[in-house]
Amino acid sequence: MTAPILEVSGLGKRFGGFTALDGIDLAVAPGERVGLIGPNGSGKSTLVNCICGTLTNESGRVHFDGHDLAGLMTHERTRLGLARSFQLPRPFVSMTVADNIRVPLMYADRARRGAHVAEGEIADHCGELLRLVGLADRARHYPRDLTQVDMRKLELARAMAVEPKLLIADEAMAGLSGSEVNDIVNLLITLNERGVTVVLIEHIMSAVMRFSQRLVVLVTGRKIADGRPDDVIRDPEVERAYLGQ
Amino acid sequence: MRSLPFIAILAAVGVVVFFAAHQLHNDYVFFAGYTVLQYVVLATAWNILGGYTGYVNFGSAAFFAVGAYTTVFFHKVYPLPIPLLVVAAAAVAGLVGLGMGYLTLRLRGAFFAIATLALAVVLQTLIVNWDLVGGSRGAYVVRPASIPVFGSYIQYLFAIMLALAVVALATVRAIERSALGYGFATIRDDELAAEASGVPTLKLKLLATALSGAFMGMAGAPFPYYIGFLQPSSVFALDYTVNSIAMPMIGGTSSWVGPLVGALLLGSLQQIATVTISSAVNLLLVGLLLVTFVIVAPNGLIGLVRSAVARKKP
Repeated sequence: MTAPILEVSGLGKRFGGFTALDGIDLAVAPGERVGLIGPNGSGKSTLVNCICGTLTNESGRVHFDGHDLAGLMTHERTRLGLARSFQLPRPFVSMTVADNIRVPLMYADRARRGAHVAEGEIADHCGELLRLVGLADRARHYPRDLTQVDMRKLELARAMAVEPKLLIADEAMAGLSGSEVNDIVNLLITLNERGVTVVLIEHIMSAVMRFSQRLVVLVTGRKIADGRPDDVIRDPEVERAYLGQ
Repeated sequence: MRSLPFIAILAAVGVVVFFAAHQLHNDYVFFAGYTVLQYVVLATAWNILGGYTGYVNFGSAAFFAVGAYTTVFFHKVYPLPIPLLVVAAAAVAGLVGLGMGYLTLRLRGAFFAIATLALAVVLQTLIVNWDLVGGSRGAYVVRPASIPVFGSYIQYLFAIMLALAVVALATVRAIERSALGYGFATIRDDELAAEASGVPTLKLKLLATALSGAFMGMAGAPFPYYIGFLQPSSVFALDYTVNSIAMPMIGGTSSWVGPLVGALLLGSLQQIATVTISSAVNLLLVGLLLVTFVIVAPNGLIGLVRSAVARKKP
């Protein structure tokens, strides 16, 4: 069996008296498309924040691509190829769409290659990513001029600019219409086909079911199910968590 | 290397300014011009941290004072020519900036601003109690009546401050157009997103505090020779803190042009007010203009011009 690209073992996180994550174990294989679901407050975003280094876990370990991530800052994890998009888009508002993508190309991509990357190469790469997400004609616009779906695409393009091995998309479709959700799912599948392992956190079940090869369910900080999507949604414990007794 | 033509133009402008002032045959022009240029350096230095990264520093006077007291220290212990004192002041103030950055890493917004204010109070207390540099009594730094090449010493000081302004402007313009400039801007816009994009925000914040502090210290280094008698209250003065914030705010914080325009405008206005009305009216003038700009043009004069240009475009 291939070694997992992401391995989370016994991850625990508390906020005062509240246990947000209670000994989470999770392994993601390279090239996999994993859906992560759970009701509000189940610990999905906290898990992402602990994996990406935004929050520090109190117990457990996170290994990514053979590296123990303990003690590494967020940008160091990014440079290893661990990218994320945010639940609420967080663009660099003072920069154009193209410059938003240039930043990770200048910092993450350049740092990982360990060599100077020519400006022309950065511009080419930036143009390629803008075309991939369908924002080429918005390159010189500012984020404030973008629609909600374009903002989501910008988030994904910026995450892709770090040349990730693993992308964690945190509710990348929240607030979008049906056709826009389809656009984003198609885009995530395209990214996966380009070799990027993708973990999708989402509430929109049709999108999750279409996207995921494997489904993981969190409830009150615990993992209650992990398996094939069709099996997981029929799991009695999952039904109880979502629909009540 | 792309900055070389800009540096050449800036240096040429500096030479023209110097010789134009020389043609007026009035040392007061150099005396007043020195102060305006000093504010160009201070405002530009403040903008590295306050404008580019969005961390508002209320301790400008402290960094300026560190530069000035570095000069006093060497004047007492081992006298050096002013250009070397400028380098020493930059090193000391840069280290103080680095220390401040390290101690205030987790602070943002008002908390960071209060911490910088506290730094100024701590440093002033240290200076007041340090006898070697004059303590609360102050220290005399007697400057030579004349100096070779320049003749009058005030012309020499003016030339030094002009050179510092050129160096400061060339540096910040180069920063703006580099990956460093983009990195600073991401810190101002969203630190979490910056880290997620691979930007080492901690390292860049430390660099910004050190660079900003170093330039403020450089601006303070020639000051004891300019004023002749240095006392804590004259360098830890509110004027430096308020002006170094107000000038970039009035000019615009998004580019190197803003602090330059703000400092030239406000600095000149203050000099005119000093000779025509009273020096006491200076801070009132700054306060009124700052309030007006914050309400009417929060992006400063540069922002106003950019908006006007954008409106004219079809």
